[in-house]
Amino acid sequence: MSQPLLEVRDLSAGYRVYKGFLRVLDGVSLTVRRGEKIGLVGESGCGKTTTMRAILGVLPSNGRVTGGQVLFEGRDLRQASPRELQRLRGRKLTAIFQNPGAALNPVFTVGQQLDAVLRAHHPGMPARERRQRAIEALASVRLPDPERLLNNYPVQLSGGMKQRVCIALALLSDADLIIADEPGTALDVTIEDQVMRLFMRLVEERQSATIFITHSLGVVRQWMDRVYVMYAGSIVEAAPTQELFRNPLHPYTQALLKAVPKLTGGGIPKGIEGRVPDYAHPPAGCRFHPRCPFYSPDRCPARPALVDVGNDHLVACYQY
Amino acid sequence: MSSSETAAAHDARALWWAMKRDNWRRMWYRFTRNPLSVVGLVIVLVTGLAAIFADYIAPYPEHAGAFVDFGNAMKPPGGQYLLGTDPVGRDVLSRIIYGYRFSFGMAIVVIALAAPPGVILGLVAGYYRGTRIDSIIMRITDIFLAVPPLVLAMAITAVLTANVFNAMMAVTLMWWPWYTRLVYGLASSLRNEFYVQAAEVMGASKFHILFREILPNCISSILTKMTLDMGFVIIIGSSLSFVGLGAQPPTPDLGTMVADGAKYMPDQWWLTTFPALAIVTVVLGFNLLGDGLRDVLTVEEQ
Repeated sequence: MSQPLLEVRDLSAGYRVYKGFLRVLDGVSLTVRRGEKIGLVGESGCGKTTTMRAILGVLPSNGRVTGGQVLFEGRDLRQASPRELQRLRGRKLTAIFQNPGAALNPVFTVGQQLDAVLRAHHPGMPARERRQRAIEALASVRLPDPERLLNNYPVQLSGGMKQRVCIALALLSDADLIIADEPGTALDVTIEDQVMRLFMRLVEERQSATIFITHSLGVVRQWMDRVYVMYAGSIVEAAPTQELFRNPLHPYTQALLKAVPKLTGGGIPKGIEGRVPDYAHPPAGCRFHPRCPFYSPDRCPARPALVDVGNDHLVACYQY
Repeated sequence: MSSSETAAAHDARALWWAMKRDNWRRMWYRFTRNPLSVVGLVIVLVTGLAAIFADYIAPYPEHAGAFVDFGNAMKPPGGQYLLGTDPVGRDVLSRIIYGYRFSFGMAIVVIALAAPPGVILGLVAGYYRGTRIDSIIMRITDIFLAVPPLVLAMAITAVLTANVFNAMMAVTLMWWPWYTRLVYGLASSLRNEFYVQAAEVMGASKFHILFREILPNCISSILTKMTLDMGFVIIIGSSLSFVGLGAQPPTPDLGTMVADGAKYMPDQWWLTTFPALAIVTVVLGFNLLGDGLRDVLTVEEQ
């Protein structure tokens, strides 16, 4: 239990484009323990999805990991051979992709795709049992009429249904770590709540872990144990969920929390001034400084490191 | 317990069949929306069946070979010989039907030999796009594509013996690169699809990704191309026969018949006209059918 399931140290990665090399990830570090539910939040374009892909080793062909370590159960995945990686994926770690429709192969029925995963992970399981497992998996994500659904092609399903099929696929694989990239976006609120409940229960029961990438602070607050806030390719703040929401320290986290509209009134929040920087020419020093209300050239000379301010709360800002 | 399980399995099977049937019915409906596709299908079916059952359908099956009946030579169309007879008294209709058998056989053999290697090479090159594997496969493909198929086929059959086998080999040799090119394009874009990446993330092997994720998504395009190619191969085969490098007499071949009949134009016009029309008809049929299939299959994918 002492060894973390996943430990990412100083991970840097980027994409080669016409402008040159975009250093999207700049020293990302995070730790995931067994049974832990990690929320990864930040604006669009902060590098959340790149982090996920870099961990899994499936960056697009123009992407490259330039530094750092990805330790899974103590082994560095960056040093692993493609064969070892292939064996780890699916068995030990898996992912749910952002775009629900595109993650299903359009020429196979839902049943065939679920069956392929079961066949790969449980060789020798009889066909009837596999079918039963597939039906249960579909039912567990609250999909109606799962028996019928097995014969449906992805085109015949709605976005939300496809998303739930993807979640079912990921759950079938019994992986220790599931990295989920905004799986809730295509679901309506009630279904999202049910699916999250199920998802989290499975994570707890199996003592597996999840990194949950999302925009929704509500989901994070309700379900996650620990939150990492990402800005422009690095972690700016990390804390247990309660601690973070009670006592947000980084100006970016504070702005992010303030930008959430509240049902209790107070008008529509202003949002955060400015935008995520251009990765071809990131701001020198603290990448947040052009948008930071506390920035002053004397106080913020370089890039702030993540420092522990107590209560397991880490923040990268010169104020602390 | 076991009887209820059997019943459940039976129900599952019935549901599967019902939905399968539904899919087929919908595809058939889409296909029949375009009357030209149906015309193509009918032409292909009629000519194909005639080729298969030539022995029963042809009015004079024995006329397919080296048969001589000078008493009935050069009869114009009509009466006993529906499409007339040739200079040695053989029934033109019977020879066209046997000619179809030859043309279909050749087209099927050529495509069956050319498509699989072409498809596999295209899959591999497309998946490994941008690597050395890609460069090697595609440059070889480009070299073959740069040579006009008919010219190379003529060169090969001219150097070797002019016979059917060599003609087929020559056309096959020229045909696979088109499949490589087609599948290369498809595979290199499909490999970026999320479901391919999802399969990678779930630990699928390269073999699974190539043949279970990417290939099934290329099948409709490959099938369409194979159908269209049936027509083109028939034309190439007939062209080779026309210049005397394909089927050798007395084998009934549409190209040979057109060539032989040309000497007697325009007086004995039926000797050339009907075999030529026969070629046009079947090629048109395959083209219409191919277009129809493309419409149905591409809509199905969306």
